[in-house]
Amino acid sequence: MSTAAVTDKRSTLRGATLPRWSPWAIAAGSVAVAIGIGAAAGLHSHVQWGLIAALLFVLATYGIAARVEGRRQAKDRVATSLVWVAFLLAVVPLVSLIWVTVQRGVKVLDFYFLSHSMGVVADSQPGGGIYHAILGSLEQVGLATLLGAPIGVLTAVYLVEYGRGRLARAVTFFVDVMTGIPSIVAGLFILSLMLILDMQPFGFAGSLALAILMMPVVVRSTEEMLKLVPNELREASLALGVPKWRTILKVVLPTSLGGITTGVMLAIARIAGETAPVLLLVFGNRFINANPFDGAQASLPLYIYQQYGAGAEPAYDRAWAASLALIAFVMILNLVARGIARWKSPR
Amino acid sequence: MAKRIDVSGLTAYYGSHKAIEDISMTVEPRSVTAFIGPSGCGKSTFLRTLNRMHEVTPGGRVEGKVLLDDEDLYGAGVDPVAVRREVGMVFQRPNPFPTMSIFDNVAAGLRLNGDHRKSELNDIVERSLKGANLWNEVKDRLNKPGSGLSGGQQQRLCIARAIAVEPKVLLMDEPCSALDPISTLAIEDLIGELKERFTIVIVTHNMQQAARVSDRTAFFNLAGVGQPGKLIEIDETERIFSNPSVQATEDYISGRFG
Repeated sequence: MSTAAVTDKRSTLRGATLPRWSPWAIAAGSVAVAIGIGAAAGLHSHVQWGLIAALLFVLATYGIAARVEGRRQAKDRVATSLVWVAFLLAVVPLVSLIWVTVQRGVKVLDFYFLSHSMGVVADSQPGGGIYHAILGSLEQVGLATLLGAPIGVLTAVYLVEYGRGRLARAVTFFVDVMTGIPSIVAGLFILSLMLILDMQPFGFAGSLALAILMMPVVVRSTEEMLKLVPNELREASLALGVPKWRTILKVVLPTSLGGITTGVMLAIARIAGETAPVLLLVFGNRFINANPFDGAQASLPLYIYQQYGAGAEPAYDRAWAASLALIAFVMILNLVARGIARWKSPR
Repeated sequence: MAKRIDVSGLTAYYGSHKAIEDISMTVEPRSVTAFIGPSGCGKSTFLRTLNRMHEVTPGGRVEGKVLLDDEDLYGAGVDPVAVRREVGMVFQRPNPFPTMSIFDNVAAGLRLNGDHRKSELNDIVERSLKGANLWNEVKDRLNKPGSGLSGGQQQRLCIARAIAVEPKVLLMDEPCSALDPISTLAIEDLIGELKERFTIVIVTHNMQQAARVSDRTAFFNLAGVGQPGKLIEIDETERIFSNPSVQATEDYISGRFG
């Protein structure tokens, strides 16, 4: 029978393959050799050890796979190993950053720390907290969002649903330019206005600068989300005799709400960590000031900057704890955004 | 109730490109009129001029007259939104609103136009779903999302949505081209029932379908690529399919075309 003949011959469809555990073995081997090389050459930096291991891993994968499986499969395996190396290069610094922040931050982070200000504590003394900074951050970022998010979303609605011709092109161009504005320049712009009007630093001035930074991010992400809404849905609504503005409000925006929320949350996460404009416009304050429209306020990034600059051990601890609080704040926002996106997305 | 459409000298453009030229025809009330013709001959464009959806496309504009019972749809001061409430439309691909439930989809036309009377909405939704032969399949899951239905059910949902606002005319742009034969049959049966109450215009690539469902058939053609589409002839469906007066129609129908 012909099937017997096929099995007798060497199959053209099946070649030699490396066992499934081979990538792990090659990785383990590369790491071992890299440690050997690193120790022998007396390299102190573990980053160098890691880079040597990554290089060895890619080269060894290609060499072994080319010998056993052939060149085409070797190329495939090299591509896979490059993806893994790139992934690790991106994740290792991130994990180590979070690790260090948590490790140093938990030392003084407790309820007392979250509920007290620095009012009567000198930077060189232990104690004190970040209540005033959290309050300032929430108010400034909240007001910036109230200003920036609606303007950004409405701009995107204009660009996608109405914008034609020169005005739309000009708006797109200026949004692109705004995306590139360094935060300190946005701060200086508001500061020049404050100097003209002869005003002292206050929280809302910071919100204005943050809103400028936030707007282009919101416009861009919302624009992409609105473009994803199929035209057929707009036409279906228009064909029912629904006016265009109601179509946008009741069909287009709800369909893309999940994506828009995510975009706004990411923009908030971005401005929550801004230091430069806050330093110029809000100035910082050791005391609790709950009024963003009058007097200097604190904010978390500014607090971290000022504490770290104070140069005393207790101040370092407070700076790390505040960093941890800021990261947690941004992460919680991200989780909320994902939750809303999942809850609101079309099923 | 159902209204007559009189089109005279209609020409439609996309920007500077002339898509259809000088079309005149009459669509009788309470009947099914089918448009057939090769791709790109302007059937869909012409259909979209009948409820002013053509101008939704950037650059779309129209010359000529479309009379809906003696009222010109393109006359001065006519609100396109009001036109679309009189002349409803069903699209090629089923397009239920993904954020809405089955109930909300059918009620969308009324709700989005500001009608919120709860008890009446219930009645209208039930009546429309029954009218679209979908009620028995969905009555237990009106609060489930409309996108969870099968393709044929989604298309009937879209028909229910279109007839819920009680239009006078129903335009259908290849409503069965994305559906299997069984769903197609369901929709064709439905068209037969709907023509008692509405004026129906249907674009189709399926000539058997045109022969099955329509009372009158219009054949469109274009002279060549880039040329505007023209109406070749419109007549009783039986005559078009047995003894058309123009040779091109016979060639197209018998498959000798192209």
